[in-house]
Amino acid sequence: MDRIADIFAARKPLIIFTSVGYPTESRCEDAVCAAIEKGADIIELGVPFSDPMADGPVISAASQTAIAAGMNVHKVIAFAARIRSRHPKTGLVLFSYMNPLLHLGYDHTCTLLAEAGVDAILPVDLPLEERDELLEPARSHGLHIIPLVSPLTPEERIIRIVKDMSGFVYYINVAGVTGERAALPPNIGEHIAIIKRHTALPVAAGFGIASAEAAHAAAEVADGVISGSGFVKACSQSTESAADFTAELLRGMGR
Amino acid sequence: MNMHYGIYGGQYVPETLTGALRELEQTYLEAKDDPAFHGELDDLLKHYVGRESPLYYAKRLSEHLGGSRIYLKREDLNHTGAHKVNNTLGQALLARRMGKKRVIAETGAGMHGVATATVAALFGMECEVFMGAVDVARQAPNVDRMHALGAHVRSITDGGATLKDAMNAALREWASCSDTTFYVIGTAAGPYPYPMLVKDFQSVIGKETRRQCLEMCGRLPDQVVACVGGGSNAIGMFAGFEDTPNVRRIGVEAGGMGIQTGQHAASINGGKVGILHGMKAYFLQDTDGQMRDTYSVSAGLDYPGVGPEHCLLADEGRAFYEVANDDEAVAAFDMLCRYEGIIPALESSHALAFAIREAPRHGHDHIIVVNLSGRGDKDMENIRQYKEKHGQNR
Ligand SMILES: Cc1ncc(COP(=O)(O)O)c(C=O)c1O
Repeated sequence: MDRIADIFAARKPLIIFTSVGYPTESRCEDAVCAAIEKGADIIELGVPFSDPMADGPVISAASQTAIAAGMNVHKVIAFAARIRSRHPKTGLVLFSYMNPLLHLGYDHTCTLLAEAGVDAILPVDLPLEERDELLEPARSHGLHIIPLVSPLTPEERIIRIVKDMSGFVYYINVAGVTGERAALPPNIGEHIAIIKRHTALPVAAGFGIASAEAAHAAAEVADGVISGSGFVKACSQSTESAADFTAELLRGMGR
Repeated sequence: MNMHYGIYGGQYVPETLTGALRELEQTYLEAKDDPAFHGELDDLLKHYVGRESPLYYAKRLSEHLGGSRIYLKREDLNHTGAHKVNNTLGQALLARRMGKKRVIAETGAGMHGVATATVAALFGMECEVFMGAVDVARQAPNVDRMHALGAHVRSITDGGATLKDAMNAALREWASCSDTTFYVIGTAAGPYPYPMLVKDFQSVIGKETRRQCLEMCGRLPDQVVACVGGGSNAIGMFAGFEDTPNVRRIGVEAGGMGIQTGQHAASINGGKVGILHGMKAYFLQDTDGQMRDTYSVSAGLDYPGVGPEHCLLADEGRAFYEVANDDEAVAAFDMLCRYEGIIPALESSHALAFAIREAPRHGHDHIIVVNLSGRGDKDMENIRQYKEKHGQNR
């Protein structure tokens, strides 16, 4: 069974990132479940890290709060297992910097993730050059590694990045860190078209999407829409805000 | 090119930065083979920086300690007052070669920030320096110097608000503007190719020391000693003695209040293999794999990691890594002031502290070279506060 493939085959998924443990572990869990009940298809479970160098202020601050309250990889995996037992069809992706995974041990991490019913790992700071060290343990436990492509990635490199990969491709809409943007760049579609020339995998677009309009624009050109900082911000307000935010994005996507 | 040092090093960065690193590598490899590049760099090192820096026999100090002869490699006499400028000049030449009009840098003690602001002024580039808020406070004179040189200083309040956090902020900034902006990393760390090129630019220290020692003593030193923050002054010194196994290469890490207290910055002696700032290396971490906030009286050593080549040298026993605590570094600072009339940087005082410990164990024929990586003017207020807190003022 390939849950991720099934999800993309059924519809253009909405992919929601959450910083696990923010604002608290239980409120985060409520918000994630509310998002799934509204229609979010895949959840990216962000492992909070002390030095989130690819993240903007919203996710960085959320990570610090979660760490201060004791969140760690083990608890994120337990969190994933609880979501899995309640939502057997939802895609679950572990979103992490490399250090917490290395610290626990790649093979051990992958064993625990597979047992918890997680589908994939999205390693933020693991480019093509270093990928093999995680790819082998992940594959042996049936986990996808989600490759990332940025607007600055040249085509010859895209070819090498997507080759023999599984799951989906994450297209980073803007060069920079995570966070809301006033407007998305106009050329996302062209970049995604280039990626699609070299892979049959679906391509989801993320970074800077936090409104119905942005979700609409992304859904026009991508196979899936990813939203992070906006959801994290909504989580900090209330479970209802998180649900409303999800509904707004889905509306933008015409669902 | 091999991006790794054994299992260490590499390029653990978000995809968005990989292109900028590739561009930097290509530019550097071309420049490395270009005599015009070296001609210009050597000329600036001579006439602008004031190289070569002297190797100085610290006679009174050595006689007081009654053992080894201690020689000081006087990087403190460089323009801007530390070894940092050897590297920033090299990187600024690369930035110009790449057509970048703006440079950014992280800084701890502020010496690298000053050295970057200096070369930016020299080449007419815009400059922004990221500095932890704690360091902005404890290294205020350097903040003033950067401002005077026309740089903008951005104070970073994330995390422990020291060097690690400044580097996170600089990397975030770089991810959004690498097309126009060159990131000048200040130590032999970070993603490949930085550890390689910083080492190459700092290797002038070791090459000169080797020649000078042969000239002055008729032989090579028994030990070369350097403090280790990220490891740039140490790797530069070590580079002069790669093929001479009888020269013991010693790096000195910051022991802060003592390794056993957990309040320190000794990554090799107290850390585990981890990944941060684009490299795999030894890092100080907690049991969940979060990076720890570090502590040292010296801002320039207050960093939880260390460059990848040092990790490999340590594992293979090709260099040795010792620890000096705050109190030893401050005592060494005092001793050099009183016995030699030289005010050393607190960072360099860690290397001195080791030499002071070591010298009495040897005879007069034993030679120790200490890399005096910088001068201590920036540390006066810091030292005053330290002594006040520890009841050492008179
Ligand atoms: C005078 C001096 N020495 C040493 C260091 C430590 O850096 P590194 O280990 O890269 O030489 C610094 C850093 O700020 C410094 O200012």
